[in-house]
Amino acid sequence: MKAAPFDYVRVSSIDEACQALADGGEDARIIAGGQTLIPLMAMRLARPTLLIDINEVDDLTGISVNGDNLVIKARTRQADTLASDVVKERLPILADALSHVGHTQTRNRGTVGGSLVNADPSAEIPLIAQTLDATIIAQSTRGERTIAAGDFFESAMATTLAPDECLTAVRFPIWPAANTGFGFHEVSIRDSDFALAAAAAQTTLDSNGNCQRLSVAICGASPAALRLSIVEETLMGSDLNDDAIKTACANIDDLIDPQSDVHADAAYRGRVAKVMARRAISDARDRAKGELV
Amino acid sequence: MSEHKITLTVNGREMSGYAEARLTLVDFLRDVLGQTGTHIGCEHGVCGACSIVLDGKPVRSCLMYAVMADGHEMTTVEGLEGPEGELSPLQDAFWENHAMQCGYCTPGMLIATHTLLQDNPDPNEDEIREAIGGNLCRCTGYQQIVEAVQMTAKKLREAS
Ligand SMILES: Cc1cc2nc3c(=O)[nH]c(=O)nc-3n(C[C@@H](O)[C@H](O)[C@H](O)COP(=O)(O)OP(=O)(O)OC[C@H]3O[C@@H](n4cnc5c(N)ncnc54)[C@H](O)[C@@H]3O)c2cc1C
Ligand code: FES
Ligand code: FES
Repeated sequence: MKAAPFDYVRVSSIDEACQALADGGEDARIIAGGQTLIPLMAMRLARPTLLIDINEVDDLTGISVNGDNLVIKARTRQADTLASDVVKERLPILADALSHVGHTQTRNRGTVGGSLVNADPSAEIPLIAQTLDATIIAQSTRGERTIAAGDFFESAMATTLAPDECLTAVRFPIWPAANTGFGFHEVSIRDSDFALAAAAAQTTLDSNGNCQRLSVAICGASPAALRLSIVEETLMGSDLNDDAIKTACANIDDLIDPQSDVHADAAYRGRVAKVMARRAISDARDRAKGELV
Repeated sequence: MSEHKITLTVNGREMSGYAEARLTLVDFLRDVLGQTGTHIGCEHGVCGACSIVLDGKPVRSCLMYAVMADGHEMTTVEGLEGPEGELSPLQDAFWENHAMQCGYCTPGMLIATHTLLQDNPDPNEDEIREAIGGNLCRCTGYQQIVEAVQMTAKKLREAS
């Protein structure tokens, strides 16, 4: 299993990467962590003619807080993001999800941006981007643009990023911490594997303990991570009791489109997705109340 | 199809050679530099046999092209031995605990657990199992590997 021949160029700035993409044509690809692209090339499911290596572009790494947003540059390693104190404090939902992305060795190379562009239907980082309405920032020789997560993930392994664009950063909104909690649940065959299905939720409760803000999304049961707006609308204003959550999550059959594969059949994935959504919402509620750490 | 001169620091020694861009780092280490301690299993990132330490962190050397590692520093299983070529305490504990049978996974297991002990001299069983979570072993059932790491941690703590 060896990759087909290709050309390689190591770039040292975002501008150089964009220029190389523009000059390289449709079959030029950026390589970041390589944790997905290299296996795909080994299996010849991908055959780029030019790889543009962004691993030495210092401008593409770093985590910072900018107003109400946490900004993670594209080539920031998953391991560094997981270890980051500011992520643990301000975006604990992402830290929790990241602990399920592969394992230490893949996280030491794999990047946040690579996972977003790769858009695997079971991937955790895209799930959190959908849950929190993250904004993706992309650059090309034509300029910079921002893309809402909802418009970015098109379907399985497909995004609206243009072939000549380099993802440079992702912006996650930080919610006010008071009375806010998150939940994340997944089922996978082994800890380090992709999720069969996973769900993430974040809520803010008002002073009476009722839900005043709620975001829920699932992955693994649709071509791309899916926001459950119906569930959010149904539960808004309620006290998020277990029965209400269960009823709200029972109504998502028309929205999901689980697929069968060697790991699990469609019916199982669909069922698991619902249960994960329920657990994520009730954990979010309990954390918002300070009853769960 | 570009060809590149690649210079690496492997176990403290500078080594270089030429390779096509598509040659993986593990193939380069083994076939060009003759460092055959690192094993190749699946060649697509799932088994962990090819684990090495790159710039201080454990990674899979089949999931990098050699040219991407140009200018970087790495430790392979050959780099774990002592100055006189003696087994390291960890290697010794693998031997004492029968933490290998066919030995195919062993270089990767040693690299994964060596870096664990560097970061965490007193890991509990869960932490050890987490550290080897990306390394497959078809022989031992993992139990003896966990015991070898526990024995090493104990010995290193007693010695310090
Ligand atoms: C054993 C194993 C287990 C794994 N388990 C999980 C898991 O549980 N969950 C999970 O989500 N993932 C998992 N992964 C995949 C994850 O590790 C990858 O890191 C991730 O999918 C891709 O990130 P990368 O940085 O490695 O990207 P690469 O492989 O380098 O690139 C992936 C794609 O993104 C493009 N790309 C990368 N960066 C940019 C950029 N800045 N701009 C434009 N395009 C870009 C590339 O051209 C390519 O098409 C696993 C991988 C392995 C090997
Ligand atoms: S050979 Fe690299 S992970 Fe299997
Ligand atoms: S000892 Fe045979 S695979 Fe581990």
